Amino acid sequence: MRRPRRGAALAAVALFWAGALPGAIEPRDFPTAEQDALYHELIEELRCLVCQNQNLAESNAPLAKDLRDEIAAMVTAGKGREEVVAFLVARYGDFVLYRPPLRPDTWLLWAGPFVLLVAGIGALALVLRRRSTAAGAPAPDPGSLERARALLRGSAPDTTEGGPR
Amino acid sequence: MTAELGHLALALALALAALQAVLGLGGGARGDAAWIAGALGAARGQALLTVIAFAALTWAAVRSDFTLLYLAQNSNSQLPLLYKITGVWGAHEGSLLLWGMVLALWGAAVAIQGRRALPAAFLARLVGVLGLVGTGFLAFLLLTSNPFERLWPPPPEGRDLNPLLQDPGLAAHPPLLYMGYVGLAVPFAFAVAALLEGRMEAAWLRWARPWAAVAWVFLTLGIAIGSWWAYYELGWGGWWFWDPVENASLMPWLVATALIHSLAVSEKRGAFKGWTVLLAVLAFALSLLGTFLVRSGVLTSVHAFASDPTRGVFILVLLLAVVGGSLLLYALRGERLGVSDVRFAPVSREGALLANNALLLAAAGAVLIGTLYPLVLEALGGAKISVGPPYFNAVFLPLVAPLVALTAVAGVLRWKRDAVGRLARLLWPAGLAALGAGAAAVPAARAHLAAAAGVALAAWLAGGIAVALWQRARHQGLRGLARMGRAEAGMHLAHLGLAVTVVGVSLAGPLELARDVRMGAGDAVRLGGYLFRLEGFTRVQGPNYEGVRARFRVLDGDGRMVARLFPEKRRYGSRTDMPMTEAGIEAGAFRDLYVSLGEPIGKTGDWAVRVHVKPFVRWVWGGALLMALGGLWAASDRRYRMGVRLRRAAVAVEEPA
Amino acid sequence: MRLGPHLRYGLPLLVFAALAALLWQGLGRDPRLVPSPLVGKPAPAFSLPSLREPSRVVGTDDLRGRVALLNVWASWCTACRQEHPLLMRVAREEKVPIYGLNYKDRREDALRWLDGLGDPYVWSAHDLEGRVGIDWGVYGVPETFVIDRRGVIRYKHIGPIDERAWRERIAPLLAELRREEAAP
Repeated sequence: MRRPRRGAALAAVALFWAGALPGAIEPRDFPTAEQDALYHELIEELRCLVCQNQNLAESNAPLAKDLRDEIAAMVTAGKGREEVVAFLVARYGDFVLYRPPLRPDTWLLWAGPFVLLVAGIGALALVLRRRSTAAGAPAPDPGSLERARALLRGSAPDTTEGGPR
Repeated sequence: MTAELGHLALALALALAALQAVLGLGGGARGDAAWIAGALGAARGQALLTVIAFAALTWAAVRSDFTLLYLAQNSNSQLPLLYKITGVWGAHEGSLLLWGMVLALWGAAVAIQGRRALPAAFLARLVGVLGLVGTGFLAFLLLTSNPFERLWPPPPEGRDLNPLLQDPGLAAHPPLLYMGYVGLAVPFAFAVAALLEGRMEAAWLRWARPWAAVAWVFLTLGIAIGSWWAYYELGWGGWWFWDPVENASLMPWLVATALIHSLAVSEKRGAFKGWTVLLAVLAFALSLLGTFLVRSGVLTSVHAFASDPTRGVFILVLLLAVVGGSLLLYALRGERLGVSDVRFAPVSREGALLANNALLLAAAGAVLIGTLYPLVLEALGGAKISVGPPYFNAVFLPLVAPLVALTAVAGVLRWKRDAVGRLARLLWPAGLAALGAGAAAVPAARAHLAAAAGVALAAWLAGGIAVALWQRARHQGLRGLARMGRAEAGMHLAHLGLAVTVVGVSLAGPLELARDVRMGAGDAVRLGGYLFRLEGFTRVQGPNYEGVRARFRVLDGDGRMVARLFPEKRRYGSRTDMPMTEAGIEAGAFRDLYVSLGEPIGKTGDWAVRVHVKPFVRWVWGGALLMALGGLWAASDRRYRMGVRLRRAAVAVEEPA
Repeated sequence: MRLGPHLRYGLPLLVFAALAALLWQGLGRDPRLVPSPLVGKPAPAFSLPSLREPSRVVGTDDLRGRVALLNVWASWCTACRQEHPLLMRVAREEKVPIYGLNYKDRREDALRWLDGLGDPYVWSAHDLEGRVGIDWGVYGVPETFVIDRRGVIRYKHIGPIDERAWRERIAPLLAELRREEAAP
């Protein structure tokens, strides 16, 4: 029972395969289902260094296999998620993490998309305000009640300034 | 000889592309009919010549002419004919030749069709811009990536096409994707031509809509088929990996989606012309950026490129010229197009489409940030980090969810102004459907609340579409429904496709079951209510590979057989170091059964086997197919052709004056 | 609160210019090189059987007190063959001891390689399983670590060392470390 195996070899599929190989299939037994789940979660989120853009779960590289063995052993020994991640980061650096840590140099990475969204909404609000000035709007249809509602709710108060450029 | 012919044709095509650019841009500016005719002719000639070049390379591949370096490296005499042909675009040089040919074909199509629809000077500029792009691309091809380079003495045998690419998927995915990528050059050239003219007319916008829609359809299909191909070919059943190469196709798709929506507002209501032009430029810019990222090796480690950055430099210069030039033009001239005094209330279809654009661009921005951040951080002397699926899932989905929710509303919204009260009165059944579907999905999704939320969202969208259709039927009767314009019907179909894809994306991940097991002949494994029984192995001998085929029988809970699966492990003669997995898949509307073979375990006769049950995974691509069909249907609307006739009538009236 | 038209229409160009500058920077980089977090940290301790005398245990303790190189190599690694003559010359002419970490290799193959091409190493530790390789963050053979006399890793070179890398990076660093060593 586990989450889907994601990774990176689609490189290949979207045209230009850098040498992606079908993933490694390895039967492993863990004492508990939680450990099994943790193991698979870890090998999907950790990057194989040799292949550059595949996670450990998908790579056939010998080093990836060694690291899977190492992680399986640690998980079986009762080590938790943080310990395994710390073990690998200490040896290979943050590069192995497909989930980049939140630090000052990644604030922009994590916040960026939402900053863009806020900027987009801000620009949207400005445009809507400017475009919705009542004075210039010709009566579109006789549904005056609805129109009045819309005006009350959404229109900008100033009718003089917000004209389109 | 064939190769020299191809090489010559390519060189002539470059010359014609340059001529097309000069005559088109010059003729458009001077209004010189002879120049304009020359530019249009050059566009056709360029297309013919690139087709000749492409045919020459294909012919050489069919004949296994290994005096061509490209074929010696990427083909083999033992390949089946299909893969000799599709292998032509299986690697760098050939895929760029395909790109160049597709660009020239789009250019010729515009030159031929546009004559009936657009003013000569505007069309000339448009074709001229396409010629300019073609000049850059063909120069890149000839100078850094010539597929016709000779190798002497020729090797006795070619190094072969990557076995992963020896699949019918190669016949469909790259050509479709390229048709999409390069098709975006048409709206781009259209935008630049409008900037050069310094104005934008509704008739031109009406002309551009089906072109943009068709490019978008190709891009949609190309991405969907790529995803499907990865799913069955790579053997671990993933269908989206957030790899830079995929992101490179997703970003232009998102912006092109924004563009086809924005074009609708610009054409129908005359608003946001400047914005639409910017989107057209951005969509193609992201296509080129994708090419740069993939071809230069700055993100993915394709060894040849990391060690030889010449190609990367060339593409970057091309990117700078094309995108930088057009954005400069936009900075100088954009304001002229932006002037309009169109008014509408915040709650209106215009408002919703603007919000759609904001969300789509934020989503594209998120993908761009995630894709480029590691590169940027390192370039600034920072740490080396990786950005992968956990990041993209975390930031992309929250941006897309409101977009899907908004889509349901936009379908029933009126132009100019609408009222929240009216929307609430109309859409409450959709809300009820969402709540019901979400609640029903919670137990099935095994406590994955995000998955249940996805299902609720899809039900909301489907409900919104049903309400929109119901509204039309109520006011105009069933005949009104039947007479609905193709543009509107296509829109609803595409939105329904989005709902279907959302269901697939929400459920295929969390509900998936997979197990790696050790199995010998006669063993069985139980997974998700199915019993997978391994009956035995057979040797298989293919045209250029040999392998082992396992025979599986899958039984359901009542012991009835539901499927027989035959996963294979193949070793290709030329690349014995790359054993390939052919998964055995039983496709179903509600679940796929999927078995792939790992490696034999020792000499025991047992194999490592992975079995999956993948619910709803087909919905991911099924929805994309519906979106593409919807786009095609919309693009074929009579309005776009009628507009042409109307405009001609107008011209006829004006002429005597 | 409204942007001027020049800024508004020029904004995309500005954003693009910044992006292009960064892409330009990125072109010169090799995406395969991953800097090691071990630089500046004490060398990970290990003790392994010596390649030549399996009964003898060698390890990090032997490296203390002198500036040294630790070179990760294997007989199956073609790039190692490329840098081997340079290592031989360094062993002959320079004062720095080179220790070997023979990575995931069969003893016979490794010994045949050394006997055929020459042995630049003070000793080679035999890391058959690659466990020590993991502790040292090895991901591609060959790799070379520069270790100061206190046993701290000061530099890691990934891939074969060529003359230029030796002249421009490693030799100057060794000279600097030796000056440190000479100072009280």
